[in-house]
Amino acid sequence: MSILVNKDTRLVVQGITGKAGAFHTQQCIDYGTNVVAGVTPGKGGQQFEEKVPIFDTLAEAVEETGANCSVIYVPPPFAADSILEAIDAEMDLVICITEGIPVRDMAEVRRRLFFHNTKTRLIGPNCPGIITPGECKIGIMPGYIHKPGKVGVVSRSGTLTYEAVWQLTQRGVGQSTCIGIGGDPINGTSHTDALKLFNEDPDTEAVIMIGEIGGTAEEEAAAYAKENMTKPVAAFIAGTTAPPGRRMGHAGAIVSGGEGTAESKIEALKDAGIEIAPTPSDMADALLKIYNPS
Amino acid sequence: MNIHEYQAKRLFAEYKIPAPRGYAAQSTRECDTAINHFDSDEKIVVKAQIHAGGRGKGHFTDGYQGGVKIASNQKEAREFAGHMLGNTLITKQTGEEGRKVQTVYFSEASSIKKEYYLAILLDRKTAQTVIMASTEGGMDIEEVAEKTPEKIIRIFVPPTLGLRHHQSRRVAFALGFRGGLVKEMARLLAQLYKLYWEKNAMMVEINPLIVTEDGHLQALDAKVSFDENAVFQHPEIQQLRDLNEEDPKETEASQFNLNYIALDGNIACMVNGAGLAMATMDIIKYFGGSPANFLDVGGGASEEQVTNAFRIITSDPNVKGILVNIFGGIMQCDVIARGIIAAAKNISLEVPLVVRLEGTNVEEGKKLLAESSLPLATADSLAEAAEKIVDLVKKAEA
Repeated sequence: MSILVNKDTRLVVQGITGKAGAFHTQQCIDYGTNVVAGVTPGKGGQQFEEKVPIFDTLAEAVEETGANCSVIYVPPPFAADSILEAIDAEMDLVICITEGIPVRDMAEVRRRLFFHNTKTRLIGPNCPGIITPGECKIGIMPGYIHKPGKVGVVSRSGTLTYEAVWQLTQRGVGQSTCIGIGGDPINGTSHTDALKLFNEDPDTEAVIMIGEIGGTAEEEAAAYAKENMTKPVAAFIAGTTAPPGRRMGHAGAIVSGGEGTAESKIEALKDAGIEIAPTPSDMADALLKIYNPS
Repeated sequence: MNIHEYQAKRLFAEYKIPAPRGYAAQSTRECDTAINHFDSDEKIVVKAQIHAGGRGKGHFTDGYQGGVKIASNQKEAREFAGHMLGNTLITKQTGEEGRKVQTVYFSEASSIKKEYYLAILLDRKTAQTVIMASTEGGMDIEEVAEKTPEKIIRIFVPPTLGLRHHQSRRVAFALGFRGGLVKEMARLLAQLYKLYWEKNAMMVEINPLIVTEDGHLQALDAKVSFDENAVFQHPEIQQLRDLNEEDPKETEASQFNLNYIALDGNIACMVNGAGLAMATMDIIKYFGGSPANFLDVGGGASEEQVTNAFRIITSDPNVKGILVNIFGGIMQCDVIARGIIAAAKNISLEVPLVVRLEGTNVEEGKKLLAESSLPLATADSLAEAAEKIVDLVKKAEA
């Protein structure tokens, strides 16, 4: 009933002893996520909350615990290095929550990801994480707003994802998996990647896609959806009123050189037969116009 | 983060990228010193320094024309600079309010044979560096891209390999250079790439890059912007930040780790999360209002941050109403409520306020607001909240 993460996911937390890392690891454990290890260099041999073993290196953590997925709460100057460490340790999935990683570092990471036969998928950085409701929560989203079900959600924004999820849950519609792909200009998993995964997942019946100004990722997703998508998709694009040339909070949310406007994205999505939510309050209703939950 | 032309030219000098010699000045006395570096009958280019393009075609608020002028002698240069310094320049990129000119740059006048365009920037789609060059220099490159895209050369540079000689040569030959100019171009490009890479620039742009009458390359203009996320690694770049170019409210907000951008509407908003903050602006507009700002208080704001955020948005005299929209995930609604109540005690709230809280500890947050006896309206959905505030502001105006 999901993509990428489920009850069998064995999670290792990179940066488990930091303030954010420790807080959210506890929240994830409480939700039921199987956290098998933590990594903080120099604190190997200790335990997190007297339960989770901590290692000095990720390689050691993987060898000892069989972790197959990692989440990163490491501060921005060192976060790209942690992603590379996770790729070297052959993780299936890496989720990087960290905000503020230098773009140049991410350009190098993406090169490593795509051109060296890596098996690793990266989600983020600068994202809330991923959740398969009722099974596995990895990241900083509030667990209780979710409900197990069959709608996939993908978004560049954290709180806007919560908004969409909450609207669905309030209408009794559950979610298969919700992915925050992050607000940075260079990330690991794109809207298109997420749509493909949801399209191929037998337990996802429909998708809400949330985009924002900046770049052309939404246009590319629209092109993919037009040719391939067999499931109903509703979308919302944030930033119609954003002034050009200004970075709207997210490093990637900027209209520059006439590229990345909300209008261009909405037009491309409409052209692909995707239902557009006119306001952020209408995301679930837009989907329910074209999709009848079974 | 943007810097001024004169600062970019200093970086160019550091990296041995050829440019006309020039001197910056911030007062009348400094202008005199700068101008004395030139010969008495030498032509001098006088350039107003602001973070916006289109200076040459711009005009000042007192009607004076042109932020870039060529003086035929020292006396004229002094006169031009006198008009520019302290005056406010309006260009097509500054908006109606314009920017105050605090620095003037005096530069040697070059003899131009032909103008070109050259830039190095990040291509988001491929996560590579892209070199952009064109024979159509000195023009608005976006216009060139739209009307004659075939006249723009793009060469992609993988970040792990860096710029290679053959790529520099390709750019040079594609621009029509031959002989010694090819080598000169390859050298310039290599140095420009080095600057781009070493300083974590997001973009370096030379428009125009010129070939002089005696057949050499020169960067006539220089524009460099840096990755905000990487500036911490470069204290020497951090020092180049000019706070005069930023809205004081934005500068103040950044001190409290708040993401604030001033806009020209009259409904202030305070939201957690960048995407939701943008969407909140959009929905205000959708219901016929106009947002006064973008404000993201972040994922885990404290009561103090909320109080400061409230103070900053209400210091904008255009604000006729406030919308608070919080979806508490990490952030707890009761913390937000306490921040609002504390802020409202300190400032006398004279405009309508609508609060929409959802998420963690929402009941406690709502209860605190209800018990505070503050004159505010609450809403359960974002749409309801936006409709309410737009309505209240319209009624107050009527």
